Amino acid sequence: MTPFTYSRAADTAEAVRRGTIPQARYLGGGTNLVDLMREEIERPDTLVDVTGLSHEIEELPGGGLRIGAGVRNTAVAEHRSVRSRYPALSRAIVSGASAQIRNMATVGGNLLQRTRCAYFYDEAGQCNKRSPGKGCDALEGFNRNHAILGASPACVAVHPSDMCVALVALDASVHLRGSAGVRHIPLTELHRLPGDQPHVETVLDPGELITAIELPPQPFAARSTYRKVRDRSSYAFALVSVAAALQIEDGHIRDVRIALGGVAHRPWRASRAEEVLRGGPVGAIAFAAAADAELADARPLSDNGFKIELARRTIIAVLGNLAGETA
Amino acid sequence: MSMTVNGAAVSLPDDPRVSLLDLLREYLHLPGTKKGCNQGACGACTVLVDGERILSCLALAVQFEGRSVTTIEGLGAPGSLHPLQQAFIEHDGFQCGYCTPGQICSAIGMAQEIRRGVPSHVTADLCTETISLSHDELRERMSGNLCRCGAHNGIVDAITEVFAEEDILAEAAE
Repeated sequence: MTPFTYSRAADTAEAVRRGTIPQARYLGGGTNLVDLMREEIERPDTLVDVTGLSHEIEELPGGGLRIGAGVRNTAVAEHRSVRSRYPALSRAIVSGASAQIRNMATVGGNLLQRTRCAYFYDEAGQCNKRSPGKGCDALEGFNRNHAILGASPACVAVHPSDMCVALVALDASVHLRGSAGVRHIPLTELHRLPGDQPHVETVLDPGELITAIELPPQPFAARSTYRKVRDRSSYAFALVSVAAALQIEDGHIRDVRIALGGVAHRPWRASRAEEVLRGGPVGAIAFAAAADAELADARPLSDNGFKIELARRTIIAVLGNLAGETA
Repeated sequence: MSMTVNGAAVSLPDDPRVSLLDLLREYLHLPGTKKGCNQGACGACTVLVDGERILSCLALAVQFEGRSVTTIEGLGAPGSLHPLQQAFIEHDGFQCGYCTPGQICSAIGMAQEIRRGVPSHVTADLCTETISLSHDELRERMSGNLCRCGAHNGIVDAITEVFAEEDILAEAAE
């Protein structure tokens, strides 16, 4: 591990002051960053520990929730309001990693965790995230776990988070603080598609710090869920996952949210599927049409064609379950 | 700049690269906590920090100022074993024993999470007030601790015995 200096920030202003230098990184639970530093994929010379900051879950006037970036994943999953009003978020978190890791990992760190693409970790191989412009060994390599949507010739890696998929389906937004001040953006705008710069994974400015996520009050959120399909039944990353919420009135879909995990470089909001469903009838035919619309642009690599059908079936099954619950 | 390990105050390392695991094993000579994968995949390095289970291999020791760490050495000793240690022996909950300290610390953390009502991936009703330690719950909640010998059946039996008895005590107290 490359030597670095460590300090704990007393408040967000101090954190941003210390974090806005080129080789500084913010440190949360360390579950991803410490591993990447040990592998020398990340080589920060300064770590600013932000785990002591923004660790509250606050009820907002009007019914939303504001979750501090320093809150541990377990604390979010077990929070009474999250469990009752945003069940997809609890379900997504407890389907990820192990209990030990969820006890350590922070919300902010979960949002910014990096891909588990094996070629990103493999020093002997080429990876445009690790060494921009050097090429991508996953394109012609073992790419069973890789992207079917939104990929580029430069990168076919997927975003590994479960939590983010649920947050995207629940219309979450992100509070940021940087040297230029504060801003508040939809979570769907935080992560980038790879394009020709896959090493630039978010729209964050240098040194910009995630301080909180915000969940708006939504009538559909209490009827939301998350399903994760993986190679073993616990402690594995998603091949495909689906977060969805469904609001049915008079036999029609009043509102719907769908997001996919394990399929793209960012948590994938399935807006096309939502458009197909909104205002229309409930049922397997409509759910299949929505899944087909979303996956029309899906492109398989050599080993991951199965993900397209798997995503289709998982979308249909999850919507079917939600429709059964709300009928 | 100090933390507590098994009740004793210890200094934090000067080098921030030292993991909590290496602090325990190499600096404090507490080799009970094991280094398996050293990348957060196996659970052998599980310890309790303020009662919560974490992976000491992914933790930088400097992050734990003022915290209280408990390792397997702090749970029991020859002649005064922790009930889980005794149960692991009685149920053949290990062969080589390398994962055992992590399994035992993890099980103690798990029991605390169940008492607190933390849901798991297999909890059917997210809003339930009480979670019982069913076979499925136990297997899911202990999935972060791998055993390459395949002693899982004994591990499950040992944990079930210790915490099922505790459930009966808890119910009697209510």
